[in-house]
Amino acid sequence: MDISKKQTAILQKFGPYIERFDARSFVYIFLLSLVILVGLYALIQQILEGHVVTGMRDNVVWGLYIVNFIFFIGISYGGAILAGFLHLFKVPWRRPIMRIAVLTAFISALIGPIFIILCIGRFDRLHYLFIHARLQSPIFWDVVAISTYLVGAIIFMYLLMIKDFAIYRDSDVLNLPTWRRNLYRALALNYQGTESQNRQLSVSKNLIALIMIPMVVVVSSVLSWIFGMTLRPGWHSTIFGPYFVLAAIYSGAAVIVIMMWIFRRSYKLEDYLTDKHFAYMGYILLALGAGYGYFTFSEYLTSWFGSEKWDSEVMEKLFNPDEYGWWFLISNVFSIVIPIVVVAFKKLRTPNLITLSALLLVFGMWIKRYLIVVPTLETPLLPIQDTRPEYIHYSATWVEWALSFAGLATFILFFIIMAKLVTIVTVSDYAEKKN
Amino acid sequence: MSELSKNERRDFLKKGALGVTLAAWGQLVFSCSSGGEGGEAAAETSDTVKLLTPDGELVEVDKKYLKHVHHVPKVSQKEARAGIPGKKFVMVIDLARCNNARKCISACQAMHHLPPEKEWVTVKLMKDSKDSSPYWFPKTCFHCDNPPCVKVCPVNATYKRQDGLVLVDSERCIGCKFCMTACPYSTRTFNWGEELEIPADIETHHAGPETSVPSRPGTVEKCDFCPDMVRMGKLPDCVSACPNGVFYFGDQNEDVVTNGSETLRFSQLIKDRSGYRYMEDLGTEPRVWYLPPRDRIFPVERGYEALPDDIKERYDDVEGI
Repeated sequence: MDISKKQTAILQKFGPYIERFDARSFVYIFLLSLVILVGLYALIQQILEGHVVTGMRDNVVWGLYIVNFIFFIGISYGGAILAGFLHLFKVPWRRPIMRIAVLTAFISALIGPIFIILCIGRFDRLHYLFIHARLQSPIFWDVVAISTYLVGAIIFMYLLMIKDFAIYRDSDVLNLPTWRRNLYRALALNYQGTESQNRQLSVSKNLIALIMIPMVVVVSSVLSWIFGMTLRPGWHSTIFGPYFVLAAIYSGAAVIVIMMWIFRRSYKLEDYLTDKHFAYMGYILLALGAGYGYFTFSEYLTSWFGSEKWDSEVMEKLFNPDEYGWWFLISNVFSIVIPIVVVAFKKLRTPNLITLSALLLVFGMWIKRYLIVVPTLETPLLPIQDTRPEYIHYSATWVEWALSFAGLATFILFFIIMAKLVTIVTVSDYAEKKN
Repeated sequence: MSELSKNERRDFLKKGALGVTLAAWGQLVFSCSSGGEGGEAAAETSDTVKLLTPDGELVEVDKKYLKHVHHVPKVSQKEARAGIPGKKFVMVIDLARCNNARKCISACQAMHHLPPEKEWVTVKLMKDSKDSSPYWFPKTCFHCDNPPCVKVCPVNATYKRQDGLVLVDSERCIGCKFCMTACPYSTRTFNWGEELEIPADIETHHAGPETSVPSRPGTVEKCDFCPDMVRMGKLPDCVSACPNGVFYFGDQNEDVVTNGSETLRFSQLIKDRSGYRYMEDLGTEPRVWYLPPRDRIFPVERGYEALPDDIKERYDDVEGI
């Protein structure tokens, strides 16, 4: 297929990054693999000795694993829906961001569900979810939602890559080993850039982008309903669906910003990912942050003002500096105040500061997920009495931390590997305009 | 499974040259083993019991040779899922009689082969408001008619039967713990993987949701109202173990409940003593009713002072004690 001059220039730039693994990537891969190995060791401990090695006990039956699950799957949903919107509305500045967005969606969608498997007591019986499925269980909804979503995310990512695969296949600039060429040949599905192929592909891309948007809204709400459907204070909330949707998009956008910054720096992509791109993503963060702040305020104001006994008990824990007060404050400052302030003032609106605030935001959102899961479980309707003292408070053990960091390391590792397979900028989007 | 349990039983009778039963031990049927099983070399306790052999001979046996074995009716998986036809089990707990003797807890543990720190029945010290007086509040599973736990189970491991019971199939449970978060009464416990030593004979003898054994690591467990006992027309162990007759158990269809010594008309009891269900407003429709702690037969302190220190600590947060 035709490769324009601009595209050749991009391929020349990216050649060194995707042709081979350099020493630096090997060091990263080695270090990340070490973290993952520690996680695997922790996992073996958990399999051998049972869940007793975690900090979860009879009151707090869900801990870090569920927190990480919501965290990663949220990031994934965010990446997918943003990519969907950017694609569908043909946003002019989307070109260098699309690839990062779909990769974020794909990779976190692989990692999130792993934490569910870690959390369930008998993952040897995981197939029961299908052979003994019960329609009325929100977990079954989530199984359907996540597996549907995962398929959608893969198709979305793949369709956006087909043209690039064809370019890698046909490019003379890239010095690729034969197996890589063959791989791209297979993946490109004989795309030659003919009129009809082009039309079919762009219709398919529009369609999947259109599907991904409502799908993310649905699957993200289904995730929230795992909590919303219970009678627990702090969970049994009607706004949990939209709250989770917005939080997911928000954290996904922040991760995209972070990845943009990392690739811009390490691949020297200043010509592609310009300051403007960061500013535009910043505006998106600002809008989402304001919405997220509004939901947060609305959720806690009604609980606090209504001051029902059980709601108050949870609120008391979230507001009390001796319990979760500081974390609650940090979470809200990091994920609402700082991003809004940084983007609102022109002087602060620099790529570095936006990225820093995105990093704090992601951290704040992780804490927020923790504050959704743990304090509520520590506050059952019946007083916690006549129970073993170690059952009252949750504190994660090294096993859970090791597996959490292993999840983060896997995310980065997969990103490094994917960035070796495809260019981080969508080459085909830089075709010269015809007619 | 049924084959095995037959064999087990024959084996037990054969071995039982000393094999004797003592019906007077309430619901528990004790048998003598030849002792020293599993290499245990427990010292003679000098604590002996008199037992009547099948030949009519009275023998005295050291307590260490005793192990209790339940006689359990054989129930198919299908029956265990359907429930006992024509029944609608109900429990009434008389708060005026409880003094936290904790016999319900230990009986339940013996019945279900639970390790000492696993408690399916708990006794809370409730204090409804600042000015009201505290009272002991034994809590079993409420076997709700609109059970939030059953609603959320993704694999049909926990289920509601036609006789009103909510049971858990430990062979089906995947351990997602969603039921534990859904239960508003913190009834369910998880087998975190500690102490799983269940004697092999028990494992084959009683398996099934009706007995809640064997206990599988990584699955959820809870109070089951002892359907195996009930099937034999006996009371759940917590009911018969209670020295104060706190628990009444019965069939709502027959409109009768009993605590072992007195048998009452259920509807009349609820009417006369203003029976209520805990947190009725949640809409869970519990099958356990409480009688308010009016005209109490013990001062509340009585249930606290006699406790060992580690149990006392569990009530530290309650005001007024």
